[in-house]
Amino acid sequence: MPRTSRHARDVAVVAFAQSDHLRRTDELSEVEMVMPVLHQVLARTGLKAGEIGFTCSGSSDYLAGRAFSFTMTLDGVGAWPPISESHVEMDGAWALYEAWVKIQTGEADTALVYSYGKSSPGPVRDVLTRQLDPYYLAPLWPDSVALAALQAQALIDAGETDEPSLAAIGARSRAAAEANPHAQLRGPVPQGDYQVRPLHTGDCPPIGDGAAAVILAAGDTARRLCERPAWITGIDHRIEAHGLGLRDLTDSPSTRTAAERAGVFDAPVDTAELHAPFSSQEVVLRKVLGLGDGVAVNPSGGALAANPVMAAGLIRIGEAAARIHRGESDRAVAHATSGPCLQQNLVAVLEGDPA
Amino acid sequence: MSTSGKEPVAVVGIGQTKHVAARHDVSIAGLVREAALRALADAGLSWTDIDAVVIGKAPDFFEGVMMPELYLADALGAVGKPMLRVHTAGSVGGSTALVAANLVAARVHRTVLTLAFEKQSESNAMWGLSLPVPFQQPLLAGAGGFFAPHVRAYMRRTGAPDTVGSLVAYKDRRNALKNPYAHLHEHDITLEKVQASPMLWDPIRYSETCPSSDGACAMILTDREGAARSPKPAAWVHGGAMRSEPTLFAGKDFVSPQAGKDCAADVYRQAGITDPRREIDAVEMYVPFSWYEPMWLENLGFAAEGEGWKLTEAGVTELDGDLPVNPSGGVLSTNPIGASGMIRFAEAALQVRGQAGEHQVPDARRALGHAYGGGAQFFSMWLVGAEPPES
Repeated sequence: MPRTSRHARDVAVVAFAQSDHLRRTDELSEVEMVMPVLHQVLARTGLKAGEIGFTCSGSSDYLAGRAFSFTMTLDGVGAWPPISESHVEMDGAWALYEAWVKIQTGEADTALVYSYGKSSPGPVRDVLTRQLDPYYLAPLWPDSVALAALQAQALIDAGETDEPSLAAIGARSRAAAEANPHAQLRGPVPQGDYQVRPLHTGDCPPIGDGAAAVILAAGDTARRLCERPAWITGIDHRIEAHGLGLRDLTDSPSTRTAAERAGVFDAPVDTAELHAPFSSQEVVLRKVLGLGDGVAVNPSGGALAANPVMAAGLIRIGEAAARIHRGESDRAVAHATSGPCLQQNLVAVLEGDPA
Repeated sequence: MSTSGKEPVAVVGIGQTKHVAARHDVSIAGLVREAALRALADAGLSWTDIDAVVIGKAPDFFEGVMMPELYLADALGAVGKPMLRVHTAGSVGGSTALVAANLVAARVHRTVLTLAFEKQSESNAMWGLSLPVPFQQPLLAGAGGFFAPHVRAYMRRTGAPDTVGSLVAYKDRRNALKNPYAHLHEHDITLEKVQASPMLWDPIRYSETCPSSDGACAMILTDREGAARSPKPAAWVHGGAMRSEPTLFAGKDFVSPQAGKDCAADVYRQAGITDPRREIDAVEMYVPFSWYEPMWLENLGFAAEGEGWKLTEAGVTELDGDLPVNPSGGVLSTNPIGASGMIRFAEAALQVRGQAGEHQVPDARRALGHAYGGGAQFFSMWLVGAEPPES
């Protein structure tokens, strides 16, 4: 299959590592959680931190409960001698995007991207309300599950899904996660009671802590570092209006635009790693991305099996890339989301060289 | 690593708010929109000309809004477009501009709006930086307590007389009087008043520290074609870099961090600068406490080690000196933290566009914008010129 990169430089994911995602990690600081993952991803390429051209991370001070929390994790990278480095207060998928742009400029040939989040120290449903419009919405404390439930109900009302179909998405994801040693929820998990109608416990992501890291490389460097690089042939992200009343919650135009720009529709994909923390959101994303039954959707188990906030999007790219590395996929789409009800979405197409 | 294939990046629009202690008249969205609209007007462009938005600010705790880019998407015309949020501590305003510039340089987007802001009046920045974390070094009630010992180390190391800090503050506050957007306009400022102001963190006096400001700064960055259509002169990016080093480690030089030296060296290499003191006409330097001017003069290669204070003392860094530093009044006069780095970058661009008004350095052709953050561990800089870079 010919590759179809739309940009000046061919850039690939050459290595991916992630932590085991756990309900709580009281005994670990963020630095201690991230360091083993950094060591693993570097070991996979044989590179040292000092040999990396650009480093970029994604995280959230609000999860950490302190300002400038990322400065301490940077210490874990071992940034000495000084490194070229940046940070986005977003999911690591956007850190990967910034790193990909940096490599496109020609100023770097390799990049280390990492992200992490600990949801366990506080009530994450409450914490996420703080990302809403601070004057009109946040004071009402509508939590992430309640907002997702609005979206799920809109989908049911539109005839796009029903509760049994949603339950099947959760069950399929957690069955798939049985093969994923890092997942938090694996195997048969009861659908449980309603959290917020129409969403049951099984429609919602587990709350947990975790970290992930990826190494990007350009051209021949990628071929040297990885037997079968996962080439990023397209990547784009788009944001929508914040107010839920301004959006059709059964659709995701930002995902559609990003997918068009990334070239998703230029050729069939065999794998999709979707960052859909709620089963109902998979319904929206499948429709917008035009994924048929032949596509392996979230073979890792997806965010319904492990949803470390700030890392779950980067993990989707990493999981898609890892399948290409292993020869289990030739053309995959990876997706990350941010904000309530899929407000902001990133889409990447990853391709392996023909066998 | 080749950089020859990059698209030249031009700054064609700059907008700032009038920075003040508290903007009670606008929401956060209203504040950022004000700066963005001014930048668009300056560039002669409208929202539809913008392909992507890159936004930066310092910790979310400062306003109490987690990931505010989500809420601000509408106010910044970003709906349907890509929007990135950068956070690299105090250097963020500069880093944000560089991320935006890279989008153009890589030819991913042609015209990008970049903006940084802080609305400090929504909260209390000092305590926002002072959340206690077990087993980690606290920032000691705000930034001044963290940086004062390093200033003291500089004085001890170089033998600088203790009058130098007040000279910087006196100069910057006078320069601010010429900048309509500056926060502090102290019309009755005198050197004696600076020197008589209360000691906060010895040797840093009240009048040698930055204020807490509400404000935003925006820039429009575009490619060669976009610059050709621009109604006003463009500032061209000749070099830009970020460098980071760990917060705390044995051997870290807090007086002149290696990351700052490396960052400047990278920018000068890209821009073909071999003698910064002679070849750069104006510097917008991140000086939140007055003593950082002589310290950074050395760190950035404008003076030999131990000699920075002599430039300050001799008046070289005055607006009419031969290396004007902070003609805008600098961070000492205006500090919406997350925006402060971008203001440095934007003011450097204003200088080479000849658009700096009363604080214009005559015939400025090349100017440096500089930002730093964290425990003096994050650095971002760019060098802008009146002419396009040689390709």
